[in-house]
Amino acid sequence: MDKTVNQKAWFLVLPVFLVVAFSAVLPLMTVVNYSMQDTFGNNQFFWNGVGWFKELLDPSTDLGGRFLASLGRNLFFSLVILAIEVPLGIVVALSMPREGWTVAACLVILALPLLIPWNVVGTIWQIFGRPDIGLLGYVLNAAGFDYNYVSNDIDAWVTVIVMDVWHWTSLVALLCYAGLKSIPEAYYQAAQIDGASRWAVFKAIQLPKMNRVLLIAVLLRFMDSFMIYTEPFVVTGGGPGNSTTFVSIELVKIALGQFDLGKAAALSLVYNLIILIVCWIFYTVMTNAGVERKVQASSEEATEPKPSAALKPVPALKPKEGVA
Amino acid sequence: MARIDLVDLAHSYGGNGAAPESFALKPVTMTWRQGGAYALLGPSGCGKTTLLNVISGIITPSRGKIMFDGVDITPLSTQKRNIAQVFQFPVIYDTMTVGQNLAFPLKNRGVPKAEIDRRVAEIGRLLDLEPYLNRKATRLTADAKQKISLGRGLVRSDVAAVLFDEPLTVIDPELKWQLRSKLKALHRELDLTMIYVTHDQTEALTFADTVVVMHDGRVVQSGTPAELFDKPAHTFVGYFIGSPGMNILPAEVRGREARLDGHVIALNRSYDNLPAGAKIEIGVRPEFVEVVAPAPGLLTAKIERIDDLGRIRFARARLGDAKLAARAPGGFTSPDGTAGLKFDPSHVHVYADSLLVEGAA
Repeated sequence: MDKTVNQKAWFLVLPVFLVVAFSAVLPLMTVVNYSMQDTFGNNQFFWNGVGWFKELLDPSTDLGGRFLASLGRNLFFSLVILAIEVPLGIVVALSMPREGWTVAACLVILALPLLIPWNVVGTIWQIFGRPDIGLLGYVLNAAGFDYNYVSNDIDAWVTVIVMDVWHWTSLVALLCYAGLKSIPEAYYQAAQIDGASRWAVFKAIQLPKMNRVLLIAVLLRFMDSFMIYTEPFVVTGGGPGNSTTFVSIELVKIALGQFDLGKAAALSLVYNLIILIVCWIFYTVMTNAGVERKVQASSEEATEPKPSAALKPVPALKPKEGVA
Repeated sequence: MARIDLVDLAHSYGGNGAAPESFALKPVTMTWRQGGAYALLGPSGCGKTTLLNVISGIITPSRGKIMFDGVDITPLSTQKRNIAQVFQFPVIYDTMTVGQNLAFPLKNRGVPKAEIDRRVAEIGRLLDLEPYLNRKATRLTADAKQKISLGRGLVRSDVAAVLFDEPLTVIDPELKWQLRSKLKALHRELDLTMIYVTHDQTEALTFADTVVVMHDGRVVQSGTPAELFDKPAHTFVGYFIGSPGMNILPAEVRGREARLDGHVIALNRSYDNLPAGAKIEIGVRPEFVEVVAPAPGLLTAKIERIDDLGRIRFARARLGDAKLAARAPGGFTSPDGTAGLKFDPSHVHVYADSLLVEGAA
């Protein structure tokens, strides 16, 4: 086969190169540049080498202490919301109707929280939880609970977690529902004939058939919660004290509050790296799971939908509003 | 182990109030004897899967009763009936090994561990699954998976009947034959009632000792393969069973004679009391019509082509508007494209409104 050589074709790719350069490469390189320097304003920069990175990973310094503490809080937060949202999402998906007009109604209701902008979610909960005028805060206090998310660490954490659960459980539920819908009816009939209990049906059929969507749900929720910024910032502003200061909030404080561009740049690079690594791990796990399925699917009828074009780590890489 | 009686059983997916003609399963009363090998045969959409699902309890019938050994079990759930069913597509519990898959129905019923192990080993041996018992079930081929589905049905010692819903659809042709022989062997060995749904007549006729033919929600005939062949109770059975199917020709029948296209065909029996106004047809299998050289007194047909099936040749002929197939003896040729038809009177049946009419001797 003759290959036509046409160097002009490069011009067709050029716009993409330009866009990517301006939107990703140049900003990223600017950050890399900053991370190696110190600045005292007036556009004066001093070479600092890997100093910021050393400091960042050393818990005895101020920067390192703050970064590692917020990283710890972030991981704990992600674990807690995963532990709540995944089982809850499964339960919601299992209890959803299978057919009839109620399906559409359920789907719309479930999708509603997902459609609300992060800022608005934060504002809703900030007002909802206020002890003086918020419905939740007022009722809790009237009922004798001393609830105040502005002054109490635990109350602040509970509020942020409940808010995230309210906002994102729907996503897990919708994904699980899609997984459940793809199970052929014959499986349930066979289980009935085999005398399986409700629990046995769940364990033997529904959970294994849902594992791929569950993996996607866990990935999405982990990434999103690991990068969380807007909602806790609006509700608690990272307080009381530093108790709900997550990595992204810390980053904004350093970058915009203190205007320590060098420290902030080093922090955001490490932050980005962590997210990339976790993404890669999830991606590998998921692709491997997909390969295993394909072997099995080749002998089976193609009733199952194809794995949704193996989720790319793109959503996690896009900086969210606010995270400079 | 049980006799299964269906009493006036009917089902409509539109509920009991639906029009009688729209019922997916029209009222049927019949008995499945203990230890029989039955095939439910019919084209897609004739209600055979509905009937099967009613027996297994996946569908609750709109009307009528199902009895196991004289006990009405209609209201019982699938779990409480002693029924095993194998579906069109293999159903495998992905996370379990083959052995665990086989043990699943017993575990759910709280059978003691020792008993489970014994049964699983026995069924594994019967189905040649022994080497796989400790392997994950997901990686196996479709036929091995279907054997596991079957094994889960057989593993319970108390099953009244094993139902098969077109179980060999996804199996390769050569393995199909092996699995079917396996089923027959299992049937002999285990003395189980087996009901096998299929739309493939070869499958039905080789598997079953009683074939139940369904058409449009109705059981049109139930009998041995020979009965279905020799004496179809309904023109549909004649047409559906046999290859090529029975020739059905509109005719006028009076006494011992059928008039067809102005010619008279002798009949073995006398039909004097045919219902007035009914559509009268005669049915004769291609095997019992012979094409010969045209001769006076014989019905003349136009030969369209001759199909050589190797062992036998069939002539495809045209008779006015009607088409028919007939046996072409070795050496038969038709230089001018016409031939005379010789009917075997003892195999010419008379149908009124598609139903077989028994003549008087």
